Amino acid sequence: MKKELKIKVNGQPYDLFVKPNTLLSEVLRDDLGLTGTKRGCNSSSCGACTVMLNGMSVKSCSVLAIQANGSELVTVEGLAKGNKLSPLQNAFLDHGSYQCGFCTPGMLMSSKALLTENPKPTKEEMKEGIDGNICRCTGYNSIIRAITAVVKGEYKEAK
Amino acid sequence: MTTKFSVLGQRVHNIDGTEKVTGSAKYTFDVVLPNMLYGKILRSPHPHAKILKIDTRQAKKLIGVKAVVTGKDTLGHKQGIWRRFPELCDEEILCREKVRYIGDAVAAVAAIDEDTAEEALDLIDVEYDLLPAVFDPMEAIKEDAPQVHDGVELNINITRHIEWGDVDEAFKKCDHIREDQFKCSSQAHVCMETHDAVASFGHNGKLTVWTSTQSSYYIQRLLADMTDIRESDIRVINRHTGGGFGSKFELDSAQFCAAILSQKLCQPVKIVLSREEEFTATKRRTPMYYALKLGAKKDGTLLAKEARVITEGGAYTSMGATALYLTGFFSSFPYKYPNYRYDGYRVYTNTAPTSAMRGFGAPQSTFVGESQLDMMAEDLGIDPIEIRRKNGMTPNYEVPGQAFIQSCGLHQCLDKIDEHIKERGKLPPNHGIGVASYGFMSGGIFNWFNTPYAFSAAVVRINVDGKVDVYTGACDIGQGSNTTLAMICAEELGIKLEDVRVFSGDTGICPPDLGAWGSRQTLMSGNAVKRAAEDCKNQIMEFAAAKMGVNIVYDLDIKDSWIHIVARPERGVSYYDIVKEAIRGKDGVAIMGRGHYTPHRKGMISPAYSFGVQAVEVAVDIETGRYKLVYVTTAHESGTVINPVGIEGQLEGAIMMAGGYGYCEDQPMDDGKILNPSIADYKLIRSLDMPETKILEIDTYEPEGPFGAKEAGEGLTNPTAGAIGNAIYKAVGVRINDLPITPEKVFKALREKEKKKAK
Repeated sequence: MKKELKIKVNGQPYDLFVKPNTLLSEVLRDDLGLTGTKRGCNSSSCGACTVMLNGMSVKSCSVLAIQANGSELVTVEGLAKGNKLSPLQNAFLDHGSYQCGFCTPGMLMSSKALLTENPKPTKEEMKEGIDGNICRCTGYNSIIRAITAVVKGEYKEAK
Repeated sequence: MTTKFSVLGQRVHNIDGTEKVTGSAKYTFDVVLPNMLYGKILRSPHPHAKILKIDTRQAKKLIGVKAVVTGKDTLGHKQGIWRRFPELCDEEILCREKVRYIGDAVAAVAAIDEDTAEEALDLIDVEYDLLPAVFDPMEAIKEDAPQVHDGVELNINITRHIEWGDVDEAFKKCDHIREDQFKCSSQAHVCMETHDAVASFGHNGKLTVWTSTQSSYYIQRLLADMTDIRESDIRVINRHTGGGFGSKFELDSAQFCAAILSQKLCQPVKIVLSREEEFTATKRRTPMYYALKLGAKKDGTLLAKEARVITEGGAYTSMGATALYLTGFFSSFPYKYPNYRYDGYRVYTNTAPTSAMRGFGAPQSTFVGESQLDMMAEDLGIDPIEIRRKNGMTPNYEVPGQAFIQSCGLHQCLDKIDEHIKERGKLPPNHGIGVASYGFMSGGIFNWFNTPYAFSAAVVRINVDGKVDVYTGACDIGQGSNTTLAMICAEELGIKLEDVRVFSGDTGICPPDLGAWGSRQTLMSGNAVKRAAEDCKNQIMEFAAAKMGVNIVYDLDIKDSWIHIVARPERGVSYYDIVKEAIRGKDGVAIMGRGHYTPHRKGMISPAYSFGVQAVEVAVDIETGRYKLVYVTTAHESGTVINPVGIEGQLEGAIMMAGGYGYCEDQPMDDGKILNPSIADYKLIRSLDMPETKILEIDTYEPEGPFGAKEAGEGLTNPTAGAIGNAIYKAVGVRINDLPITPEKVFKALREKEKKKAK
């Protein structure tokens, strides 16, 4: 009863067989070992499992793995280029935009999706962009400061 | 800001920052071991019932199920964190005869995967005899109320009395007395990582538990109490922890059930609570009913205060007993009451147990106290800041018979907030700024846990390349304590932060430490680390002095990894070279330093206190009662600032949590059932609701703290709810005495006010 699943994750193609009820978050974590993607609620309310699917942010606990068949995914593990962190990651470090870090992968992916879609968001648009992600530690403002710094061009993409 | 430090006060990345922004940080949730099973817990759907029979036969037959345990598989011990008082250790975790709240655990299953374990739960047949239940503490203290625990008169779990001065006599001398009642609501911690544990018991009789916890040592000791495994045969490992906020330092059902399932099978068992279990079957902030009486002279001098409190205890004692004590003490904060009396009663009910949550009873007492103080100021025609100035604590103040306060920057904070409010100028219509003052402890002095160990201990080892390893039982739960401790160590040794590694929260390799609660680690664990580093430094200095051949009257110090004569800094030697030589001189033994800290002769509460004042601006829509938190400004002092980025994070995070407590977070119940056990239904502050925040740091120095530092985490959750209430009153003239201050309550109060006006 397993079905074939062909996906590309962080540039790497995978050919897998999964049960039809398997969630995308489970495939990423359990089959591919990409444990950066977290599970905070399993009901698409907290945002800890956010990944990018064909350039858009999705909560991977609310997508069946087979729905993603043929898609290209980016997880938090795909943000850095080799040993060079991405602008958002560096900005999060400089602005202390994480504490316990459990929401951070999802927060980074929502921020990345926002900037992919809208490279020059207003502050209100930034807030909207991460409104689906809960952070119980930071109070969000340091995350907004980090995104703002990236938008201002203070961090360069590694080559 | 002082510049005498090399490392402290610098804006640094947390030492685990890169792991967190790359997703490579490993939490208990990510731990997978060979041959590992997955566990699930069956919970009572009834608030109060006798367990007549548990039939696990069908569940055990399900393919993939490896073990099912019930209370009968335990030793029947009861656990509690007030270990000095056996009668307060009242929680079996896996109930044997009776369940006391919806969510009490009755059985646990280990299976090859989570789905199979979940399926097996449905096959367990529990026969209950339903008992009458009681949910409201005011009902539970009545003569004929159902008994939550046998033999506990009027369901009163614990009482606390604090008194100084002559309160009754003082009230007679007051020009004005106010009596007010308040209700403080429940609040869920909502850690992003739910409670979880991976337990691995081996044929050698040793148990290893990876778990998301605020205190590895507490979990180790409590597991030993419950299983009779010797304490040192249990290793508890806390690596990254996805938040705690007070919910993760008591033994929980994931840890205990995983441990006994693993003990039975000699296979690793992992249990991760679901978000629904997190809301219904872990502990929560203690709801409190408060009656306050406050007496003052015409000029605003506060002469006497009396606080009477009944708390909804829920089904078990837990850390709620400490919350009862601390709310009583902090009800007098941060003012100099010459006469004060507190009586608190914690009452058992058939609801989820209530316990510690960030602020530990002080957010409740600060909400009620700061609300009433504003009412008193208005009655007397005195400015709210002025009444706080007149009565606020000052340095070197003794709370009669209770506590000794050394550093205290409350008055500077009041001045800063006063300036800030004036700068804001005239506000738009229906805007208001409310203020609240607060104070909080830097770790508790009490030892109800009955540890024989020092409260904090640390070992520092210097390796041959000059790199330093710190071993501490402190737990980094996201608040950044490992970074703080590394900074303290680097400062003491005069080396770079990058040269310090921290091993923490692993009872197998770290000396015991009581852990992350009561804002204790910066001061207590910090002192232990500083002393251990100083021990190392002294050893290095012996070699350096010999090598340099200096006159013994000269002082040596290390700064920027350069060991030098203080009076002539250019004369020195490299720290790295001396370390190599010192190790050779010590017959090849790495340089090791030990340090510990236990508070002595510091009163009954805490060795040090932080203070602050917060101003909250709200904008109220008078048609709907909806309001917005516009701006939150906090003047704050926490002694020497060790990690400024960390303090900003603590402050802004506290506003998210405490703002939620004041504004929207609540756990409504129907017959003991929590009605909103999901993140979709439990409303908390998201990014769009988050106000602008500003921090005004006040410079103080705490003699008891490492390099003068003290608490900077929990105290910040105390003022916000009170400041919101005061701001709403300023904006639209309605006063809400029960939390949370929802738009609905504001709407109703506004309509009530209009009706009165029309009459």
